[in-house]
Amino acid sequence: MTIDQFVENFADLFDNGGEINAQTPFKELSEWNSLMALSVIAMVDEEYDVSIKGIDVQNAVTVEDLFNAVKGKL
Amino acid sequence: MSINPFSLEGKTVLATGASSGIGRETAIRASQMGATVVAVGQNPDRLGETFSALEGTDRAHRQVVCDQTNSEDFERLISELPQLDGVVLCAGRVVTSPFPFCTREKYDSVFEINFFSTVELLRLLYKKKKIASGGSVVLISAISGIARFPIGNAIYGASKAALTSTMKFCAKEFAKKKIRVNAITPGMVRTPMIKLDALTEEQLQKDCAQCPLERYGEPTDIANGVIYLLSDAAVWVTGTTLVIDGGLSI
Repeated sequence: MTIDQFVENFADLFDNGGEINAQTPFKELSEWNSLMALSVIAMVDEEYDVSIKGIDVQNAVTVEDLFNAVKGKL
Repeated sequence: MSINPFSLEGKTVLATGASSGIGRETAIRASQMGATVVAVGQNPDRLGETFSALEGTDRAHRQVVCDQTNSEDFERLISELPQLDGVVLCAGRVVTSPFPFCTREKYDSVFEINFFSTVELLRLLYKKKKIASGGSVVLISAISGIARFPIGNAIYGASKAALTSTMKFCAKEFAKKKIRVNAITPGMVRTPMIKLDALTEEQLQKDCAQCPLERYGEPTDIANGVIYLLSDAAVWVTGTTLVIDGGLSI
């Protein structure tokens, strides 16, 4: 699991994810909403077979924070 | 003379999903109302806890460990059963997943418990004449998929909608034998099942605040509805869906 690949999978969830990078504070994106939060959890489960929780998404500020949360559960 | 139309004295009631949540509370409440209970569940330890909590130890209560996805367990369960006056099908599971992630695998895993194995048990009970004439069947469905459509709930909701539809067909067919079939659609009830890791405590609180009666349901709130539908108080009630949701679907 690499950060680049994770950012790509994360950005794929968005219609306009082209500008997203590891340091993006993703909750400030206009497309961010509660359905996106559920989609992130589902993507992590599908791609990495890791169960993260709603609280993990809530606690993360940047995409890298999420990456680290997933890495910690691998 | 005082009468209690909700009494279950003299009735034998089977409850699935009795290891926890609504199923456990239903088994206990039915015993408190005078029923002899057959408690069916997957987890032996937790089912044992339910069994120890049943009232009326002089009655022939029994517990049956059964994995509803295992056909051998199913056959053993059916062969061991006495004649039943009440059947409460509570076994269920939930998956939260936005639609693009709702794979066939996830649908299968939820439908297997919530729909296929539940309906198969009902089919076998009916076909093998285990449900007495005048008996009552209660299916625990959900408002999700019928009256509410929360995001991420497509699989669970569809499984419960399918179950509620089946209830109506069975109500019509079983009426010949004076067997009633009804469903309860609970709202959000405090059971181990709603500890959805995908939602934060904050989101759950927000959801709770949308409910007109401003609290989550307790398993007892649903079990009391089950008691009504099992009892002679509901003797002319079949094919209905009793909504117990604190007003959430208004």
